[in-house]
Amino acid sequence: MRLVVNKIVLALSILSAVVGLSFLGWILVTLVVKGMTAMSASLFIHDLVDNGLRNLIVGQFVLAGLASLVGIPLGMVAGIYLREYGNGSRYAEFIRDLSDIMMSAPSIVIGAFVYAVAVKPFDGPSGFAGAFALAIMMIPIVINTTDSMLSLVPKELREAGIALGASKYKVIFDIVIRAAKVGIMTGILLSFARIIGETAPLLFTSETSNYFTLDLTSSFSSMTVSIYNLANEPEESARDLAWAASLVLTALVLIINLTGRYLTRNKHK
Amino acid sequence: MLEKLFQKISLGSASFVFVLLIGIFTTLFLAAKPAIEEYGLGFLSDPRWNTEVPIAQPQSDADANAAAQTATSTDVAIQADDAEDMGEDEDLMGDDEDLLGDDEEGSESATKTVYGGLVPIVGTILSTLIAMIFAVPIAMGIAVFLSEIAPKNISTPVGIAIELLAAIPSIIFGMWGLFYFAPIIAETFGGYQVSLLTAGLVLGVMILPFMAAITRDSMNTTPDILKESAYALGATKFEVIKDVIFPYSKVGIIGSIILSLGRALGETMAVAFLIGAVYQLPEKITDPTISIPVAMAVNFGEAAGLGESALFYLGLILFVFSFALISFAKFYFLKRNKG
Repeated sequence: MRLVVNKIVLALSILSAVVGLSFLGWILVTLVVKGMTAMSASLFIHDLVDNGLRNLIVGQFVLAGLASLVGIPLGMVAGIYLREYGNGSRYAEFIRDLSDIMMSAPSIVIGAFVYAVAVKPFDGPSGFAGAFALAIMMIPIVINTTDSMLSLVPKELREAGIALGASKYKVIFDIVIRAAKVGIMTGILLSFARIIGETAPLLFTSETSNYFTLDLTSSFSSMTVSIYNLANEPEESARDLAWAASLVLTALVLIINLTGRYLTRNKHK
Repeated sequence: MLEKLFQKISLGSASFVFVLLIGIFTTLFLAAKPAIEEYGLGFLSDPRWNTEVPIAQPQSDADANAAAQTATSTDVAIQADDAEDMGEDEDLMGDDEDLLGDDEEGSESATKTVYGGLVPIVGTILSTLIAMIFAVPIAMGIAVFLSEIAPKNISTPVGIAIELLAAIPSIIFGMWGLFYFAPIIAETFGGYQVSLLTAGLVLGVMILPFMAAITRDSMNTTPDILKESAYALGATKFEVIKDVIFPYSKVGIIGSIILSLGRALGETMAVAFLIGAVYQLPEKITDPTISIPVAMAVNFGEAAGLGESALFYLGLILFVFSFALISFAKFYFLKRNKG
């Protein structure tokens, strides 16, 4: 009897794993098939007005890149504070918890916040507002990874540096950061991958544009927002374009993710 | 010198998180204030949204449209007046115009637009609930499969694949749901293609990889020695899972579920295509409705005045609720780590 129950439960577990994985496989297959049929080289040299994706890809990178420019240094320095200066203190614990909670804050609410402070008081949606929203999404993620990567650096390394007479600042930059370099790089790549696929914070902050633009003070091309708009359109051609854009986006996210993983893997060997 | 400076900068950056959080909360609160003052807590139980204005209007020509509308329902003589009153809800500069209107002539037949939050709140809760009912058992199955059943050369690649799937942008799930999954669901269960059910299920599929990955991680914390002792006593695999792994990692598993729940609550894009975006309480599970994030995504662009404020009110509710939920989950984890 026990053995029968065991068999049944294990079978159920395997079944549910198969069901779950086949759903996810279904999505991937759909994405690749639909994306590939709509894919062509001309997509990459035309803008959305001419049924291309060039401006969207560039726009999404500019938004995420700008967000990283603010989010990465800020998040890293804050992570350094949590682990190196404030470690163990109540304040650092408090900030660490807050940052963890912020990491799961609903992204649409971040978008609404940025709308209230950076869109409404100025003249409408802008690339800056979009990048600002993405930076807010990014900071807690960078803090979290920096913090946990620094925690892996052995205490003895720091003590050795201090024993040699180095200042704390020197120890952090010349020893701790170097030791945790690869891990931090991975963390940064993963957080970049995370924000480049965000739609909700951009919906009413950067909105999107059909034209190639580098002007950050007005509506800015965003791939994700355009995917949302295109998929809502009734024409088959718009949807095909949305699928192609989705495939490009997913491929980007997965490549960045895999690169990050590959880096840490080499480290362990 | 540099030493001190850097320490200050780092402290400042860390404090920035706190400032940001306070800033978000305050901004949402201030933006929501007109709606909070107008409706109070009754907002939470009011199922009406944008009633008495049957067609949603962009703010730019609100006055003209409002005038046209009131003409159909009220006396033409007080048409101008009403237009001013409508302005209160529809126009950015509503407050000024409203004052003017009131001063000129007491607004007797005020057609006021009412915004209530019940429908999006119920929609959010129900769609998340459906997602959880769907995702929890399957995620548990995957986690058990990965940590206990599968041999290492299967569990490692499958585990990595699951983690990668958790990184796929949620809008992809939404599109797949709209074009491929919804028609099948509608055929099987009847009703509309865009409905509470399809939205909930797609949401469930979306949080599945995340939930499975973090649940597996907490199951993996069970020390091997405990499992081996149980096997040595003659326990079957199921008994080891049920009597050793689950009790040991129970707290972590519950924490993972709550974290995923928080993620599902605030999810916009996977749901936006599928829930239907109509302000209407669902009678059946296959009826379309709306959730808080979707209400914000769809209506923000055209909202102004009280309508926009009501959306901020909804956002504030979502923010506070998910904040509380996630803090609760974190607290659970922390207690465990210290104990």
